[in-house]
Amino acid sequence: MNLELNEEQAAVRELAAGFVNREIVPHAAAWDRAEQVDRGIVKKLGALGFLGLTIPEEYGGSGGDYLSYVLVTEELGRGDSSVRGLMSVSLGLVTKSINAYGSEEQKRRWLPRLCAGEALGCFALTEPGTGSDAGNLSTRAVRDGESGDWVLNGAKMFITNGTWAEVALVFARTGGDDPAQAGHRGVSAFLVPTDTPGLTRTTIHGKLGLRGQPTAELAFEDVRVPHSAMLGEEGKGFAVAMAALAKGRMSVAAGCVGLIQASLDAAVAYATQREQFGKPIAAHQLVQEMLADIKVELDAARLLTWRVADLIERGLPFRAEGSVAKLYASEAAVKAANTALQVYGGYGFVDEYPVGKFVRDARVMTLYEGTSQIQKLLIGRELTGINAF
Amino acid sequence: MSLRIVVCVKYVPDATGDRRFADDNTTDRDSVDGLLSELDEYGVEQALKIAEASGDAEVTVLTVGPDDAKDALRKALSMGADKAVHVNDDDIHGTDVIGTSAILAKAIEKTGFDLVVCGMASTDGTMGVIPALLSERLGVPQVTLLSEVGVEGGTVKGRRDGDAATELLEASLPAVVSVTDQSGEARYPSFKGIMAAKKKPVESLDLDDLGIEADEVGLAGAWTAVDSATARPARTAGTIVKDEGEGGKQLAEFLASQKFI
Repeated sequence: MNLELNEEQAAVRELAAGFVNREIVPHAAAWDRAEQVDRGIVKKLGALGFLGLTIPEEYGGSGGDYLSYVLVTEELGRGDSSVRGLMSVSLGLVTKSINAYGSEEQKRRWLPRLCAGEALGCFALTEPGTGSDAGNLSTRAVRDGESGDWVLNGAKMFITNGTWAEVALVFARTGGDDPAQAGHRGVSAFLVPTDTPGLTRTTIHGKLGLRGQPTAELAFEDVRVPHSAMLGEEGKGFAVAMAALAKGRMSVAAGCVGLIQASLDAAVAYATQREQFGKPIAAHQLVQEMLADIKVELDAARLLTWRVADLIERGLPFRAEGSVAKLYASEAAVKAANTALQVYGGYGFVDEYPVGKFVRDARVMTLYEGTSQIQKLLIGRELTGINAF
Repeated sequence: MSLRIVVCVKYVPDATGDRRFADDNTTDRDSVDGLLSELDEYGVEQALKIAEASGDAEVTVLTVGPDDAKDALRKALSMGADKAVHVNDDDIHGTDVIGTSAILAKAIEKTGFDLVVCGMASTDGTMGVIPALLSERLGVPQVTLLSEVGVEGGTVKGRRDGDAATELLEASLPAVVSVTDQSGEARYPSFKGIMAAKKKPVESLDLDDLGIEADEVGLAGAWTAVDSATARPARTAGTIVKDEGEGGKQLAEFLASQKFI
């Protein structure tokens, strides 16, 4: 076993760290207050090649391995979870799905622009009435007998990148009311340009965290797309979604590792500077205990996440390990951010310091892309062979 | 024929680290992480811009330094330079700026050049005289401290912003130029650039390859010698003068005691 980064991986991490320190960290607080990150960041991420990681160069991607992807995601997560989320969704869930399931025409149409940061993608699975029970989604796509087009009706909820995306990967029921196609069996995936008539997008305000990220509600009213917009086979859309989310868990876990790293860096810096009782608070054992607790969580979460990248790279099964990493890293991020805030004391409670934002951003990690409870059910099913959903 | 650009870069101790001298009063390069000198990144950037504008150019990055200095070359290659030359020889340790310029000049001649681009100074030695020394040794014009630079035909043109005047300068190629930190932000390497850098050629040369005798360089061949180096004393609390009618007098007494007045 070798946990040392190779020369390129080390260089990529250094590149990402330098970029994050100069282009993201100084602005993260302002973006959070404004409830919008600078949209120019998308193009910059594209220019660096980050939005094309693991995508073949012939489609405008950057190539590269999954550990490099994890390292970049960690660094972005250290800088701003809102920016990290933009990439996790656009690249991790949408671009990679098009690369894996798309026709040659779909790849040529979307991948170069998504990789370059000229376009963003959003992943429209969750609905107002279905979150964890995604297979029961109710957005419908009905085939028009004359034109062969598909006509979509329904609504999607909590869609990251929703208002900024140029293409939405939409999951809709194509099985009609056929009982044999109930649940996930009757779902298909579509690539819907977001300027298609009938699609309206509304920004969701008032989020606890990830405020800089454009999160939206999507409404489909007779949204018409040609049959060529279908991604993968008819009725196999749920497999597309689950494959995306399986790898997506590694991406969220990596973002959490970055968030924990940021929490630790901030806590250590503050603890060695702030004095109480005539000495730095780091000289008090109870404070050191908090720092050590964060460090242990950081290393554990990072190693679990790197293991997933290694499994994917070697072509081995990784789904359960992905759930383990996502579950652990997200819960650890909540704890670490909270502990860092405790180290800061009252100053941590005002947004002049970064840790309050860490706490707010961390909180969603155990909720989205599969709640902690869903991850436990996935791990349990893997262990027992029994589906307890 | 394509435009041959050589960029001189230096691998320096990270200025944010705890920099110190080694036992022989040379720069301690082991205890602090090194990197491509930030001021040289501007040189790489301008060289790449000139190359892009010309459409037919080859950018070679050149460094003189120990094994780790290849990191600086790797960074420049990942930014987009085409190839690299690394002059590395144990006998180079302790070489001063005169010797360094001799080594660089030989390596530049061996590589072949139309334009040599330097940063305004290194961030460790901060001598800032290498461009002038190279110009003498190579027998070509120098146009230094430019905040804007470009090549048109066989001429390099640039702008030097001084305190009293702005000068527009030009020289016929071949020539040596240096660019300042006002010449434009250096680009980030891209992910593709990092992957591509691995496949780009890095030529290693030693003193023999350049026809330089060991005693011409190194500590022994240096024209200058550092006799001793003392770390700057830690900052002390200082003296606070409280004005209770006699403040001015006290200030004057303090300045006199420190021999400022």
